[in-house]
Amino acid sequence: METMSPLERILRGLALTLVVVFFMFPIFWIFLMSFQTNETILAIPPSIVFSPTLSNYAALITGKLQTAAGTLDIAFMSNLGNSIFLSVASVAVSLVLGVPAAYAFARHKFKGSEDIAFTLLSFRFAPPLLVLLPLTQYFQWLGLSNTYVGLIWVYQLICLPLILWIVRGYFEDISADVEYAYRIAGHSWLATFRKIALPLAGPGIAAAGLLAFIFAWNNFVFALVLASADKQPVTVGALAFVTSSGIQYGQIAAAIVLSVTPTLALALYAQRYLVEGLSLGAVKG
Amino acid sequence: MTTLQLKNIVKRYKSQTVLDDLTLDVADGERLVLFGPSGAGKTVLLRLVAGVIEPDAGRVLIGGEDMTDVDAEHRGVGMAFQNFALFPHMSAFDNIASPLTATKSSKEKIAAGVQKVAKLLKIDHVLTHHPKALSNGQKQRTALARALVGSPPLLLLDDPLRNVDAKLRFEMRLELPRLLAAQGATVVYVTQDYKEAMALGDRIAVMASGSIRQIGTPQEIYNAPADIEIARLFGDPTINLLDVTPQRGGEGVFVELSNVRVRLADYGADVVGSPCVLGLRPEAISFVDAAAPGAIPVTVEAETPLNEKTVTLALTARGREILVSRPAGTPGPTAGPAHIAVNGTQAFLFDKTSGALLPRADLAAKRNGEAA
Repeated sequence: METMSPLERILRGLALTLVVVFFMFPIFWIFLMSFQTNETILAIPPSIVFSPTLSNYAALITGKLQTAAGTLDIAFMSNLGNSIFLSVASVAVSLVLGVPAAYAFARHKFKGSEDIAFTLLSFRFAPPLLVLLPLTQYFQWLGLSNTYVGLIWVYQLICLPLILWIVRGYFEDISADVEYAYRIAGHSWLATFRKIALPLAGPGIAAAGLLAFIFAWNNFVFALVLASADKQPVTVGALAFVTSSGIQYGQIAAAIVLSVTPTLALALYAQRYLVEGLSLGAVKG
Repeated sequence: MTTLQLKNIVKRYKSQTVLDDLTLDVADGERLVLFGPSGAGKTVLLRLVAGVIEPDAGRVLIGGEDMTDVDAEHRGVGMAFQNFALFPHMSAFDNIASPLTATKSSKEKIAAGVQKVAKLLKIDHVLTHHPKALSNGQKQRTALARALVGSPPLLLLDDPLRNVDAKLRFEMRLELPRLLAAQGATVVYVTQDYKEAMALGDRIAVMASGSIRQIGTPQEIYNAPADIEIARLFGDPTINLLDVTPQRGGEGVFVELSNVRVRLADYGADVVGSPCVLGLRPEAISFVDAAAPGAIPVTVEAETPLNEKTVTLALTARGREILVSRPAGTPGPTAGPAHIAVNGTQAFLFDKTSGALLPRADLAAKRNGEAA
C-alpha cells in the first residue's frame, strides 16, 4: 500500500466515518426507537436520552398489542417464522434447480440455450404488479393461492434468475481444462460436476444464495396479494402496526430490528464467502 | 502401448475450419511430435483425441478401436495440459491420484502409485501442498505425474514445457525422453519449440492452418523442409531466404549473390530460369577471407552471442539481411566489412510462387551423407 501523509490519513478517516454514519444512522436510530414508547418517539424535540423499555419486544413476542383503542392481536412471530420458512425454502429450491441449470448454460451451448437463459432473466424485468393479476387468477384455479407451495413457486421468479445468472458466471470462470482433466482421468461428467465444478464455484454459489435470500426476504407485493394472514411474511405483517388508533412506531422499530437480524447474521457469517465469491470472477486464470 | 489413427478429421468453429480433413497414423510406442505455430490446430487435435472435443467429421481410432463416440473417461488416455489444469482445491497428492480414484483402487494401491510417480518426478516432498503453494516447475511436474500415474497406453502432452522457465525447460527436455521411454506409452507431444520437437520426437508432424504439412523424422524435416513456411518455422536462428533465379554455367547450376556465383551442385537443370527462393541455414554460411573463392562482401551489423553459438546479422551489398551462425568461441568479425562464403550443398531452393521445396537431383544420396 502507498504511504500516506498524516493529513491524508485524517481526511480519509473522516470521509470514511461520514459514509459509515450516513448509512448506519437510520439503522442505529431504529435500534434506539425500538426501546422507546410511542410518546418518547413522537416527542418534539427528539431526545437521545430516554428510559429504555422492552415493552415493544414484549408486545411482539406475546402477540398482544396495547393501543388506545384496546388490545390487538399481532401475528408478528408467526410472520417471522413464515419469512424464514419461505425464504429458506425458496432459496433451497432455487439452488437445486438453478445450479445445475447454470452449469448447463455455462458448459453446454446448445441451440437456443442463450434464448432460454435470457427468458429466465427476463422474469426479473417484468414489474411484479403486471404479473400479479393473471397470477392470482391462475393460482385460484389451481388451488395454489394461500399455500406455501404456491408462494415458494412465485418466489422462484425472484430467486431462480438471480442464482442462475450469477452462478453461471462462476461456472464459466472455471477453466474448462480443469474439468477436461478430470474427465480424462476417468471420471464421469456427474462426478466432474460434483467434485470439480461445485467446489470451485462454491463461494459464488454461497454469494448468489445469500443475495437470493435477501431478495426473497424483502419481497412484499407477491405475499401481500397471494397469502392471507397465516402465511404472511414480516414485510406484509408489518402493515398491522398501522392501527386505527395510530401508527405504532415503537413496535415497528422492534419488528424491523427482529426481522433484519436473520439476514444480518447470515450476511455476517457469509461475509468471507461473499467477498471471495464476488471478487473471484474479477480475476481469471 | 497402442496405436492411434486419425481419419479425415474435420473440426469447425462457426465458419472457421480448425482441422481440415486431417489424417494421421501414430505407431505403437512411437513418440510423435505435433509441431506448428499457435493457431495451427495442434491443441484442438489433441483434445479431440482425448475425447473432450467432438470432430464434425472423421474417426478417431485408438488401438484399432473406433473411439470417436466414446466419452473421454472411457478412452484410457493420459493428458497433460499446457496450463497444467490442476484442481486448485485438491492437494498435489489428490491431483495425481485422480486417475487412480476413478478406477476404484484400494487406498494403499493409490498411495503406492502416487508415491512412485512422485519420486520419479522429484515432487514427493510437496504432495501435501495445494497447487497454489507449488512453484511453476512443481506444478508442471504434478500435471505430468497426473498424466503418467495410471500408465495410460496413450499419452497426450500439450506443450507441457511452455509455461516453465528456461532452465527447467532445458532440464525437462533432457529428462523427458528417458521418462517417456520408461513408460513405454505411445506419445503425442505438442510443441511450438523446434528444439523440443527435435529432442523428443521419433517423428515430427508439422501442422499449419489445420492440416499436416509434412511428417518425418527430425532430420528429414530439418534437411528437407517441404516448403518455405516449414523451413522458416524449423530452426533457430531462422533460415535466410533470398529471391534468386538459378542459372546454368560451365560447372552446373548456380545462383548469383551480390554478383558472386554460388554453385548448387545438388540441383539439376530443371530449376534453371524459374524464379526461386534460396533457403540458407545460418550455419551453412561462414565468414572467410576476402581472397577466398566465392567470397561475398557484407557489412556486419550486429552480433548476438548465444551460449553454444554466435549469431551475426550482416548486410549484403544490396542491403539484404543475412544471419550467420558459427560455433561459440570461433573467431569472426564483430563489425564493419567482412566476407562470407555459402556452402551450396546445404542450400535449399523453393519455388517462388508455390513455396514448395524443389527436388534435388540426388536427394537420397545427400540425406545419408549429411547431419544437421
